[in-house]
Amino acid sequence: MIIANNLTKSYGKLIALDNISVNCKKGECIILIGPNGSGKTTLIKCILGMAIADSGFITFNNKNISKDWAYRAAIGYMPQIGKYPEHMTIGQVLTMMKDIRNTDQPLDEDLIKSFKLDSLLNKRMGTLSGGTTQKVSAALAFLFNPAVLILDEPTAGLDPIASEILKEKILAEKDNGKLILVTSHILSDLDDLVTEVIYMQEGKLCFHQSIDKLREETGEEKLAKAIATVMLEKAN
Amino acid sequence: MKKIVKYIMTDILRSIIMIIYTIVLLATSFTLFSLEDNANKGLLSLLNIILIIVPLFSLLFSTIYIYNSAEFIELLVSQPLQRKSIWQSFSIGLAISLSLAFIIGIGLPVLIFQFNTIGLILIIVGTLLSIIFVAIALWAAVQIRDKAKGIGMAILLWMYFSLLFDGFVLFLLFQFADYPLEKPMILVSALNPIDLGRVLILLQLDISAMMGYTGAIFKDFFGTMLGLSIAFITLLVWVLIPLYFSTRKFIRKDL
Repeated sequence: MIIANNLTKSYGKLIALDNISVNCKKGECIILIGPNGSGKTTLIKCILGMAIADSGFITFNNKNISKDWAYRAAIGYMPQIGKYPEHMTIGQVLTMMKDIRNTDQPLDEDLIKSFKLDSLLNKRMGTLSGGTTQKVSAALAFLFNPAVLILDEPTAGLDPIASEILKEKILAEKDNGKLILVTSHILSDLDDLVTEVIYMQEGKLCFHQSIDKLREETGEEKLAKAIATVMLEKAN
Repeated sequence: MKKIVKYIMTDILRSIIMIIYTIVLLATSFTLFSLEDNANKGLLSLLNIILIIVPLFSLLFSTIYIYNSAEFIELLVSQPLQRKSIWQSFSIGLAISLSLAFIIGIGLPVLIFQFNTIGLILIIVGTLLSIIFVAIALWAAVQIRDKAKGIGMAILLWMYFSLLFDGFVLFLLFQFADYPLEKPMILVSALNPIDLGRVLILLQLDISAMMGYTGAIFKDFFGTMLGLSIAFITLLVWVLIPLYFSTRKFIRKDL
């Protein structure tokens, strides 16, 4: 569904993405992991067209995204740190997004209900805590029933109950055959959801493997341990 | 695109600063017209305010608005919207709001006290200046990432257009006083929209006789229909060029 080809992106001297090629298929739940500053968010921003790659290209459903913009209708994006106009209320942001997207397809308001956002509709975005802002971001990402979900550190900043609700929701959407792309530092959090692992370091793609194969090769059940084993092998 | 313009305009027109700006302009123009018994004199005083305050306010307000909307722009870019239309919506929203404030604040009193060609030209020039400086501000804001630097740049640009440019022209005139510079001066005046606006209105006020030979040449050129059209087209070019470059930059910008 999403194919990145030899993607390179640098910010000044810093090389954020170094010749990255990945292929993400429908129905997969891919976890993007790597240390801070390894280029995970940059890769996501390139897929969303928010950052423009220096060389290489990305295709979405076999169409190059560089001249396209309509493809973003099929993506739900939850940013790492959600930023919204401060003076707008939650309700106004939701209405505005619905107005901009203007779809006749049924909306998925599950998360708004389960996060109890409907009781906070009159709160201004500027007064919200980090966790509540994350809940709004998550609700917006799922609202339009997108075929692809891109979640940047979804569970960071959420309390255990909210993060459990979000995980359940991700699992349900995965079973609906959607492509889910998640970045995370906390590996154990998403163990039971993930089908593929992409590991990045210093802008390079270290490996891209299915989780079953990874477990088989390393003989480790836990995702964190399996990855640690692979990294050790690579280092030697 | 219409929807985004609508959101931007409701946001701007609700802001307290915008309302104060409109009221201050209204108060100033009513005071000036009622102070002078000759409406022409009132118009002249008003002209000086328009040429200083309107560009400054347009530049600063638009620059700060764009920086404060960084989050909103980021949110819009991740949606299925064309980058070009996002940027144009911001330009149009700002341009319409600031023109509206000008037309209410200055246009209305001018139409009441001085409903003639000069008054109309004053309103058109002021509105165009508002839009021109929105376009210039957007260009500065898209080029410079840092907010403090961006606002500093806006102030410098304003100083250049309203103070430094005139000094530069005077310097040239004195240095080359031995040469016939009257005709090239028409070309030089096109390089600064504020000067162009001033010349256009002063010539209508029949005080060009006081400007000597240069004034006569200017009158010869801008007094004709052709000269007037060229002047207004030049002002339009001052809108389109910054708009073109800022859009081009925004399409390629990393957010």
